[in-house]
Amino acid sequence: MLHTVIEKNSYQDSIVLMLLTNYLETLDGVNNVQVMMGTPANKDIFKTGGLATDELEAATPNDMVIVLDVDNEDLIDDVVKKAKTYLDEQSSGNDDENSGEERVKTWDKALEVAKDAPVALISVPGVYAASEVEKALDAGKNVFCFSDNVTIEDEARLKQTAHEKGLLLMGPDCGTGIANGLPLAFANRVRKGSIGIVGASGTGIQEVTAIIHKMGEGVTNAIGTGGRDLKAQVQGITFKDSIALLDQDPDVKVIVAISKPPAKEVRDDAVDLLRAAKKPVVAIFLGEKPEAHEKGLYRAYTLEETAKIAVGLLHGQEPTGNEDVAVKVPDVKLQPQQKYIKGYYSGGTLAYEAATLMNNTLGLHAENGVDGSILKKDGYEVLDLGDDVFTQGRPHPMIDATKRKEMMVSAGQDPETAAILLDIVLGYGTTDDMAGDLKDTIIKVKADAKAEGRELPVIATIVGTDMDPQDYSQQQKTLESAGVILCENNAQAVKTALAIVGHPVEEKPLPILPEKPSHVQMPAVSDRLKEMLTATRFLNIGLESFADAINESGGSAVQFDWKPIAGGNVELQKALLFLSKVDLKVGV
Amino acid sequence: MVYKSIDEANQAVVSKIIAGSPFLLDVVPAMDVIDEFKHGKVLLHAGPPITYDKMIDPVQGACIGAALFEGWADNEDDARKLMESGEVTLIPCHHVDAVGPMGGITSAHMPLVVVENRTDGNRAYCTMNEGIGAVLRFGANGPEVIDRLRWMRDVLGPVLSKALQTREPLNVNVLIAKAIAMGDEFHQRNIAASLAFLKEMSPSIVALDIDQKDKEDVIQFLADTDQFFLNIMMASAKSVMDGARQIQEGTIVTAMCRNGYEFGIRIAGMGDEWFTGPVNTPHGLYFSGFSEDDASPDMGDSAITETFGVGGFAMIAAPAVTRFVGTGGFFDALHTSEDMTEITTASNPNFPIPTWDFRGISIGIDARKVVETGILPVINTGIANKKAGLGQIGAGTVNPPMEAFEKAVLAYAKKLGFEE
Repeated sequence: MLHTVIEKNSYQDSIVLMLLTNYLETLDGVNNVQVMMGTPANKDIFKTGGLATDELEAATPNDMVIVLDVDNEDLIDDVVKKAKTYLDEQSSGNDDENSGEERVKTWDKALEVAKDAPVALISVPGVYAASEVEKALDAGKNVFCFSDNVTIEDEARLKQTAHEKGLLLMGPDCGTGIANGLPLAFANRVRKGSIGIVGASGTGIQEVTAIIHKMGEGVTNAIGTGGRDLKAQVQGITFKDSIALLDQDPDVKVIVAISKPPAKEVRDDAVDLLRAAKKPVVAIFLGEKPEAHEKGLYRAYTLEETAKIAVGLLHGQEPTGNEDVAVKVPDVKLQPQQKYIKGYYSGGTLAYEAATLMNNTLGLHAENGVDGSILKKDGYEVLDLGDDVFTQGRPHPMIDATKRKEMMVSAGQDPETAAILLDIVLGYGTTDDMAGDLKDTIIKVKADAKAEGRELPVIATIVGTDMDPQDYSQQQKTLESAGVILCENNAQAVKTALAIVGHPVEEKPLPILPEKPSHVQMPAVSDRLKEMLTATRFLNIGLESFADAINESGGSAVQFDWKPIAGGNVELQKALLFLSKVDLKVGV
Repeated sequence: MVYKSIDEANQAVVSKIIAGSPFLLDVVPAMDVIDEFKHGKVLLHAGPPITYDKMIDPVQGACIGAALFEGWADNEDDARKLMESGEVTLIPCHHVDAVGPMGGITSAHMPLVVVENRTDGNRAYCTMNEGIGAVLRFGANGPEVIDRLRWMRDVLGPVLSKALQTREPLNVNVLIAKAIAMGDEFHQRNIAASLAFLKEMSPSIVALDIDQKDKEDVIQFLADTDQFFLNIMMASAKSVMDGARQIQEGTIVTAMCRNGYEFGIRIAGMGDEWFTGPVNTPHGLYFSGFSEDDASPDMGDSAITETFGVGGFAMIAAPAVTRFVGTGGFFDALHTSEDMTEITTASNPNFPIPTWDFRGISIGIDARKVVETGILPVINTGIANKKAGLGQIGAGTVNPPMEAFEKAVLAYAKKLGFEE
């Protein structure tokens, strides 16, 4: 049954009325509806659409006409009311939170809009990364390359190019960084401060910056180098330039260097460069147990120690050997068969640190693990669940806890398991509530063990700060309420686990040897490189969440929605390259 | 070949677009300015070349209407048979310096606006807008349609012609610049320009020593026809783009058009050659009772407006019609216009857009950039019923097929010596 409602002298734009019509059509009980101004042309459209009524003829061009086909007449008032509400909402404006964003789709445009950005973040698929890094370097940008799967030959070549241009290439496979206090890729929010960091490891940098923050100090710049920088082929190009950069930065008082042990060929050079720094340096070569400090170049064994020595030096205090607060051993009664520690990590460096401490303390003499299995000896196990073998076809464990839960449940059923170690990594790029995701599983694992007469401690640490987008204290509460033994940092967590199984870590203070002479000279630092330290503007090529992190933290990022050229069609790519170079006067 | 690189050639083409200066000179019968009409039965159509059997229903319907209007038949069946016989020669408007809206069907006695690009001395033509409802361009061919065409031939055309002769030729750039500041983007919305045109012309029309009823009818028609300026815009854009494509180098797109079957583009470096792909069906808002299932595939030469830098490219200029881009409103329009800057070569400072902080319209679509980025031009368009004669059922936007741009880029590369 057709009904006509005429709103006299109620002018609305035709497009608004088309949208309104579409909306009203979705209401239950409405068979057909059309809303238009009562112009002669519109009346024809009503008729064509099968909505001709006698009342319609009386409408003037200034009247809004609703012709409605409903079976139930009671609906009419409701539809008119909904129409009015809709029009009110339309006129009250459009909340588009993206309205102010800067977004580009091509290099030309990116370089125009982001011409004042000294740093480009690149997170495109690996096969395209090298050429995109090259474009950014050619455009005079320092580059933070999150992308991986770049060959080491390309890495060495591009880093050499960057160096010659007075630019820095961070990465490839650079997971985290802080530039001028702003988070790059997967990073924690930490306050700005006088400690400068150069690091080849993602979660290593995150752990050290978070501990420094918790101690009341801060980090303005944490420069990632990528994991292969100190290999022989790459010669530590980025590492050296970064140390030089931080050494000349008047705001940096203490330098921290984090890396796996450098290749033999690079090692002397790299260490000598640290000696050449004007500022005190704390170095940690992960996996290596240092034997002595030198005046001005201090060596750390764990990430915790690294952070604490750095903060000590900032306060004018040389390392005392008491940086590691003695671990309080919780009162846990293990059954005799409970011998083994299981570590299920989302952060690679944290897993590595756990494996190192366990290996050295327990005297396991385990080989370096492969494929995410960082330590596997007897029943001892440390897994890096963020390794490629575990992330095929599923999200990273910092985002999705499914795999970790599976591993925990099966470890909990193993009567030989003595303790489970976990890391909860906060910051940009990780899930909002990892503690909440894990809570039920933790409770279940502990309850399962208890049902069989075992006490099973779950020991965890939260890598993060009270400035992170997640709620740090809520994460703490959630874990504690699930019965987790919560430690201040990863080293403490591992030491706690080792103490529970009866193997406490014993450390002797290291001697401080006199300063050793350096044979290398600090590389010169270009102005373009220095701009990185005070960057507020970035060009983000690829993953949009990286731009969001910067924008939310007070910087500004131009988002480049990158796509492969010509949709990846090789023939067209070649034709385009040809056309870009062809000389119309003489041909090529 | 005087250009060193494609970028240089493209700049030269773009400079000509900016320098283009279209003037509306006259309104004349098509056969007076297009010689092809003197050789047998001829109809012009929109888009790249096509045969009658491949034409979609609304375009065939318009052919039949034109046959009736020309008096080649006195009923629809005979007109259809005539068209099917192949006796009528079909020529793309673009091949005879013309453009046509939707079906673009143009016959010998239809009046055309005559626009001269005074920078390059070339002329371009287009039929006049018939208003909305049952109109030939959407394939309607009933008595009311034919009667209106006769009136346009006998009254509207001659009256506008006489009025134009009593005044200076109308500088179209001035109208465009004024109307873009009043919220027209010249494809979906022309109301400001149409009113400005009426304002320019009405003193001359009322001063003519002709029948009072004709004057009143003409003024009334112009006052009622919101999109009247669209056809003048199309002829003007055509005249400017044809001037620019006198430079036969580079990758700037010099025409985009559709015949309901294929979408065709030209680029400067390939001269008159068309590069085609299948047309898409527009997305948009539909009048009640209609949906995308009822929509005709994309048709018309009106995409010459986008080629010139208005229409979808200037979406941000026309807040009133931005909703056609989607339901996001203003910011969707902003993104659309921003996207278009990624595939164009320059801004035309003659036409600043107030709602875009007075940035000029984006001009010079570079086929290379379209292929490189995967960003397709956005074309604003009316949506016709796929059945002839039922008229417009909505409005929205449509993209060309990527294939056309890929073919053009490859062909030009090969012409210059590229080997796979």
